[in-house]
Amino acid sequence: MTSERRLMQGNEACAEGALKAGLQFFAGYPITPSTEIAEILAKKLPKLGGKFIQMEDEIASMAAVIGASLTGAKSLTATSGPGFSLKQENLGFAIMTEVPCVIVNVQRLGPSTGGPTLTAQGDVLQARWGTHGEHAIIALCPASVEETYYLTIMAFNYAERFRTPVILLLDETIGHLRESVQLDKYDKMKIFSRPRPWETPDKYLPYAAEDDEPPPMAVFGEGYRYHVTGLVHDETGFPCTGNHAAIDRLLRRLTNKILAHEDEITLYKETMTEDAEHLLIAFGASARSAASAVKIARREGIRAGLLQVQTLWPFPEKLIRQKTLGKRSVLVPEMNLGQYAREIKKVVSDKTMVVTLSQIDGRLFHPNKILAYFKGEEKHAEVL
Amino acid sequence: MPKSFNVNKYLRMDKMPHIWCPGCGNGMVMSAFLRAVDSLQLDPNRVVVVSGIGCSSRISGYLDFNTLHTTHGRPLAFATGIKLAEPTLEVVVITGDGDATAIGGNHFLHSCRRNINITLIVINNYIYGMTGGQYSPLTHKGDFATTAPYGNVEPELDMCKVAESAGATYVARGVTYKPVSMEDMIIKALENKGFSLVEILSQCPVYYGRMNKKGDAVEMLKWQKENTVTMKAAAQMAPSALKGKIITGVLSSRYRPEYTEEYENVIQQAQESAQ
Ligand SMILES: Cc1ncc(C[n+]2csc(CCOP(=O)(O)OP(=O)(O)O)c2C)c(N)n1
Ligand code: SF4
Ligand SMILES: [Mg+2]
Repeated sequence: MTSERRLMQGNEACAEGALKAGLQFFAGYPITPSTEIAEILAKKLPKLGGKFIQMEDEIASMAAVIGASLTGAKSLTATSGPGFSLKQENLGFAIMTEVPCVIVNVQRLGPSTGGPTLTAQGDVLQARWGTHGEHAIIALCPASVEETYYLTIMAFNYAERFRTPVILLLDETIGHLRESVQLDKYDKMKIFSRPRPWETPDKYLPYAAEDDEPPPMAVFGEGYRYHVTGLVHDETGFPCTGNHAAIDRLLRRLTNKILAHEDEITLYKETMTEDAEHLLIAFGASARSAASAVKIARREGIRAGLLQVQTLWPFPEKLIRQKTLGKRSVLVPEMNLGQYAREIKKVVSDKTMVVTLSQIDGRLFHPNKILAYFKGEEKHAEVL
Repeated sequence: MPKSFNVNKYLRMDKMPHIWCPGCGNGMVMSAFLRAVDSLQLDPNRVVVVSGIGCSSRISGYLDFNTLHTTHGRPLAFATGIKLAEPTLEVVVITGDGDATAIGGNHFLHSCRRNINITLIVINNYIYGMTGGQYSPLTHKGDFATTAPYGNVEPELDMCKVAESAGATYVARGVTYKPVSMEDMIIKALENKGFSLVEILSQCPVYYGRMNKKGDAVEMLKWQKENTVTMKAAAQMAPSALKGKIITGVLSSRYRPEYTEEYENVIQQAQESAQ
């Protein structure tokens, strides 16, 4: 990578970040506003000896990505709302079988076909709970083109490190935003690969793991001949429907291997939080609006600050508790009706007021709404 | 077929006994497949067996290969990812009629169209066995199922015809009562460089058999014998004699470019243009 600055779109930064992370396989199905990611990778992957396939739908794309990952390939799929809904069953399969992969959801306005070119952040809780059953998930959310590059690499790193699907939640604004970026500063970033077995095939237990850690992962074809199933399974990888102790162990481990590493996974940025009376907590495109609002508010003598969460899930509970301590109010501007604000409310002290500020008209969250709130003039503000 | 063939060497014996009911056809297809693997001397380390969800799809758990038991209807999509990412692996999908043609119909169609080098073995017992006997797209019109208590109103699909017209390059229909020809079809399918379908007419005495008064497994095999005609024999028969008969044998075999090889050409082209 040259050290010159480049003008780049968010979706392009995502594709470049994936390649930087070692992407070898992409499967997807076209959908606005994510399609550029597929188009760029269709062109670039074969040049690098990688594989691209446009599958017949998003269900198949998710399946193909898991299949490819089982052969050792770092794998990616990208979609938007309707496609993200279709992927949920196989996303759960990847969680259950601990197959690393990255799923990009460039959020558009929903529900249903909604607004293909309209921006929104309505899939925050779907990213958390979209697939059925008890589980944990990692979801990252960038607020700029450069962050998209960085967080795509981190998404792969976490996927490999923890053997789990990782969701990268973009929104239409960030996906289609063009900004000047300088990517060479990420050249020295550590790139993770999944833990590999060290024992011989006859001793390999594919789902035996230390507490809170993922098990080492063998690649199909290299002699380990193991079984992968979405059914509950014990350490051998075979179904264990009657063994409730083994089921309990599996389900707790799947969640704990992520939750126990909350500190390692929590990524964030902050500006003027320390002396802030009013703390804005935001993510994705609305964090940009919050940043402008903070600047203006400060000029007007309002002590506002911004905590931008990049890791939405696992919920950065420690971070939120710590940063909100002693604040008069916590304001959460979101392009939904308060999905994340309500999560924040659960962990913030009762002495601090939590306010959800919402905009769901398909346009980018406007900084004026935040300033209007300070003047007591914002109608889409709700104290939780 | 060597007489001394020992199927156990390819089985995960510690996973026995299997879950299937007495008389079920799944075990017969499984051993035909293993005899095919043995006669081709495939390296078990390089064989990947992918299955969906259903009684038949439980086969993957018993085989000592790389095995993947996926979600209902999706094994071909998982297999496509495996095969494209690592074309040197021998990728086989073994699944049921419902899995392959109802919920998985889309993937079936497009796997045929791509002519990706995967062998699909469909165990057609005309029913959803695992969920207790509901009708599938391959259940014949008029047959009974728990969800067709007055007889199936829907006409059945001929999945071999679909495969052929969608672009599969080897299409055969076998029957469990003829294990040797079943094995031979699977061998040819594995040898074919492209997408192969082997549909096996099988028996589920517990649900399909009982609900349709077809008797026990032995009687169901007899039914197969009386109601199927090989391609060869059919060529000599009058159309009136063929009425209601199911044609078995190799239904189609031809050459078309294979998907992963075509993609290798894309890689070469992309790399040349990059230089
Ligand atoms: C998404 C989803 N829908 C429904 C089911 C329930 N289900 C499990 S197996 C099955 C049918 C299997 O029939 P077939 O593929 O013919 O296999 P068989 O049991 O007859 O061998 C169904 C509907 C499921 N597991 N997943
Ligand atoms: S229910 Fe039918 S298909 Fe399933 S194991 Fe029993 S006999 Fe076989
Ligand atoms: Mg069936």
